[in-house]
Amino acid sequence: MTSAPPEQESYVVARAMPAIISAPPKRNAMMRTLRRHPTMWLGGTLLALVAIMAIFAPIISTSDPSAMNPAVRVQPPSAEAWFGTDMLGRDIFARSVYGARVSLIVGIGVALFATIVGMIIGLTAGFVRWADGIIMRIMDGMMSIPAILLAIALMTLMRGGSVMNVILAITIAEIPRVARLTRSAVLSVRELTYVEAAVACGTSKLGIIRLHILPNTVAPITVQATYICASAMITEAILSFIGAGLPTSIPSWGNIMAEGRALWQVKPNIVFFPAIFLSVTVLAVNLLGDGLRDAVDPRLAKRV
Amino acid sequence: MGSYIFRRILATIPVVLFVMLFVFSLLYITPGDPAAILAGDQATQAEIEAIRIDLGLDRSFPVRFVEWSSGVLRGDFGVSIFTRLPVSTMIQQRVEPTLSLMVVTMVIAITIAVPLGVLAAWKHGSLIDRAIMLFAVLGFSVPVFVIGYVLAWTFALQLGWLPVQGYTPFSEGPWPWLRSLLLPSFTLATFYIAIIARITRATMLEILQQDYIRTARGKGASEQAVLFVHALRNASVPIVTVIGIGITLVISGAVVIESVFALPGLGRLIVDSILRRDYPVIQAVILIFSFVYVIINLLIDLSYTVIDPRIRY
Repeated sequence: MTSAPPEQESYVVARAMPAIISAPPKRNAMMRTLRRHPTMWLGGTLLALVAIMAIFAPIISTSDPSAMNPAVRVQPPSAEAWFGTDMLGRDIFARSVYGARVSLIVGIGVALFATIVGMIIGLTAGFVRWADGIIMRIMDGMMSIPAILLAIALMTLMRGGSVMNVILAITIAEIPRVARLTRSAVLSVRELTYVEAAVACGTSKLGIIRLHILPNTVAPITVQATYICASAMITEAILSFIGAGLPTSIPSWGNIMAEGRALWQVKPNIVFFPAIFLSVTVLAVNLLGDGLRDAVDPRLAKRV
Repeated sequence: MGSYIFRRILATIPVVLFVMLFVFSLLYITPGDPAAILAGDQATQAEIEAIRIDLGLDRSFPVRFVEWSSGVLRGDFGVSIFTRLPVSTMIQQRVEPTLSLMVVTMVIAITIAVPLGVLAAWKHGSLIDRAIMLFAVLGFSVPVFVIGYVLAWTFALQLGWLPVQGYTPFSEGPWPWLRSLLLPSFTLATFYIAIIARITRATMLEILQQDYIRTARGKGASEQAVLFVHALRNASVPIVTVIGIGITLVISGAVVIESVFALPGLGRLIVDSILRRDYPVIQAVILIFSFVYVIINLLIDLSYTVIDPRIRY
């Protein structure tokens, strides 16, 4: 990896000059970043484990997550059903393992779509001056509607709770945040001298966006995307928990908890296990985001 | 100054109008026939037609929007599909628990978060600072209903200090009222504390490095006075801003937490309405919460001039 910034190279040279102090061992840039930001390492590892669990769900889970067995309803954790069973006799361990799929798909899907659409809107607002006012007032209006309530309204009006509908509903609610961030990044870069120079050289508008603006917005938006992923996972769980999200035929951590809602005082295990899975996954994504933020903006790392 | 306040209030009008237009047009822009979707799978053609006429979907969009929005501005949100009661009546019955929950949550969050943030900035890099920051990350990550169950299980079921569920109206005495709100409010306050403490710490760290703080210390001001009089006063604009932004999180949290703690508020109303596919009620609750958000943020914008006399418009 030859992408080390020049200041760091001069630092290494300066330290190496006195013969007594040996030069720090060379590592590739990625390892160095990980070592400097242990939160990123921890978040990434946890998230990788959840991803493995989601991909290999059929192998890991010992039984079919949808198989009902009224004979073994609301059982406590046992050797057969590690996390116990719910009101219909379904294995909570199997359901929790499969729930990782929904959470990851929704989290990543929303982060991806909201980022792409939000960036297009933000770039337009930052570049097309006459559209700026209108677009940003619309975004302000959308942001004053709490995301969960907007998602609830959309889910009520869309037929059936499918994973795609949930992603769509949460994405619409998350777009304004990305649009605002992109616009502010564009505005701060647009006035810099080198962009002015590019304009003077006759670079086309699209060329300026592609060569000069986008590279400068990628870092803050990637960080924002991880936070959107975490918040989408929570929103999905809440939607499924209150009955506006996925039906119980698609196990999600939110709807497993919803099943246990009536019984939580006597059978806390139904709520407890999916809650742990959900919390750890969201924590992992947030840690990854914090680590990324510190890595791309060391100035922020010292402060926040 | 007076003209600024006037202009700022005027500026909220397009936002409010847009929110109304957006919430209203959801009925028209979502795919499929909304009347058929809201009627449910077992509905007859006649029932679907009845809902279509109820929602005014048989008339043109502009006519219907003008009719509907002038009703909303007069406090008329239409009639519930499920109960046939005026939506405004249903909402009036539900306002008290939600309002109480939000006020108690904000009071708890601000009184805990600001001193925590100041402490973390003052003892920057220490164990206390790290512990507070760890709490802040956890507060972001653990979903609000999970915190609710953990707190209810510990303090209500195991220790028996507080009621597990339910709401006692204020008219039955302030202490029973507060007791019924403590668990849900602390639950909701957790992540609110996390964001406020984080911003307080970040802002205070920056301010504590400035020259005038050194001057204050140099002239012999006590550490307390430096932190809470000299530094916090200057840190208050970002803190107040994040309190305003965080209102959406409190509202979203209230929707869930009212279900967990069986509080008969607006959040519970919207959750019940999802199962009944009672769109006029859902629409009305969304509008009311959005208006609350816009008004609180308007007040916060106006408060800047009071907090920081250097801000002049």
